[in-house]
Amino acid sequence: MSATISGSPAAAVLPGRASRAAPWRGWAQKLRRAWVPLGLLAIWQAASFAGLTSVQTFPPPSAIAISFWELLVSGQLVGNILVSLARVFFGLGLGIAAGTTLAVVSGLSRVGEDAVDSTVQMLRTLPHLALIPLMIMWFGIGETPKITLIALGSMFPIYLNLFAGIRGADRKLREAADTLGLTGIEKILHVILPAALPGFLVGLRQAFGIAWITLVVAEQINASAGIGYMVMNARDFLRTDIIFVGLALYALLGLLTDQSVRLLERSLLVWRPSYLDQDQGK
Amino acid sequence: MNMLSPLADAAIPPLTSTGVAVVVRGLTRAFNGQTVLNNLSFSIAQGEFVALLGRSGSGKSTLLRTLAGLDAAPPETLSVPPARAVVFQEPRLLPWKRVWRNVSLGLRRADAKTPALAALDEVELGHRRNAWPLTLSGGEAQRVALARALVREPQLLLLDEPFASLDALTRLRMQSLVGALWLTHRPAVLLVTHDVDEALLLADRVMVLKDGVIAVDQPVSLERPRRHADPQFDHLRTALLAALGVH
Repeated sequence: MSATISGSPAAAVLPGRASRAAPWRGWAQKLRRAWVPLGLLAIWQAASFAGLTSVQTFPPPSAIAISFWELLVSGQLVGNILVSLARVFFGLGLGIAAGTTLAVVSGLSRVGEDAVDSTVQMLRTLPHLALIPLMIMWFGIGETPKITLIALGSMFPIYLNLFAGIRGADRKLREAADTLGLTGIEKILHVILPAALPGFLVGLRQAFGIAWITLVVAEQINASAGIGYMVMNARDFLRTDIIFVGLALYALLGLLTDQSVRLLERSLLVWRPSYLDQDQGK
Repeated sequence: MNMLSPLADAAIPPLTSTGVAVVVRGLTRAFNGQTVLNNLSFSIAQGEFVALLGRSGSGKSTLLRTLAGLDAAPPETLSVPPARAVVFQEPRLLPWKRVWRNVSLGLRRADAKTPALAALDEVELGHRRNAWPLTLSGGEAQRVALARALVREPQLLLLDEPFASLDALTRLRMQSLVGALWLTHRPAVLLVTHDVDEALLLADRVMVLKDGVIAVDQPVSLERPRRHADPQFDHLRTALLAALGVH
């Protein structure tokens, strides 16, 4: 009698079986997505071999790869990358710290909002790259103006998204926290800031993007090291291949940082259904 | 036919009585010039299960929020025990904390995990202690909310339509669970609901809130467990529905 009512155990096995095929399908999809870019590279290379493009102005991927290798072996590349990375690292660090501080002050209290928000919103309308002449006048041509610019540019997306996240924290959850007897500080730590974290991470990704753009512009002006310096130097010596190496590096580093923020999201927002589904699929 | 007794004001004890969990005396609440609660007075004894019925907009939730301390009220109109807990219509769990951490949140003791796990066992969710709240079903999430309330050992448990958004079968299970937990822990309970059957299944007393005053205050002396088929049950049901304006 009970056997006719109880569910079949086989039904519970099915989702597991389906999920075991998922990683394989993921790789197949990645391969499919790689076809077009690989094909474009091949066409580029072939066009150069056929003499359709000038090696001087539009070097083929093979020439770029060779220059990349030479720069790497000579140690120039690593040094320049480290200089550029350090600029982004310190600039972003300052920008994140400033944006977070301002957003927390402004988000958690009306007084703070009145004091901070209008000023930040006003400054936000000013394109930060327009400050380059001023930065050079004030800080000279060393690292300070570059780091300051990156900090300024990356501060605003952090501020805006974190502020919105703090203000968007669910009123019903805050009420529930009140009935649980949480203190003000506990409410901020357990309810409001975790609720604002997804917004903060969106801001972080935007901040990374802005930081790279700012770096490109800032280090093409009066730099004596860094990827931008390498590219401007290559221009003076008509080394188009090295310019391409610099461009590829910018793209690669941008991609890497974006991926690292994604990884951060995955580990910090592990409670979200979208991430939970992915993890359970493995 | 009229077996529902109107409220006698003399029955309300003073604010500092023993054996009484809640005393409300002359509580008036108004929003934007509209009176929601009009000179309301009632009391709930320690360990008593009271259901509060009313149509939507009758001020039920306002009253519950006031008792929960979410809305301020003049101190001379209200006496509630310090240990209170609320279960809302939605579970209101923090999605970024695992189930047992939601239950233990705000407990002021060194080992808060032990009572949290015990409370989860009581609502039969011990096996979901490490789950993320967003992976729970509606009924499971509401049981976690119940565990979170119980673990505080409340003298007053406030239930704000806690079963309203559950499916019919889950609702029946939750009702008997709440009934059983109440018998074990004996907090005073105020259950706000619009479901007359639910009120009659669980409560020692049913109050009907109408136009900001308590229109009906009816003891329910039926034997537990209660059955819908009981003629007395049906009789009370008809009378309460009439008081709510449903004929």
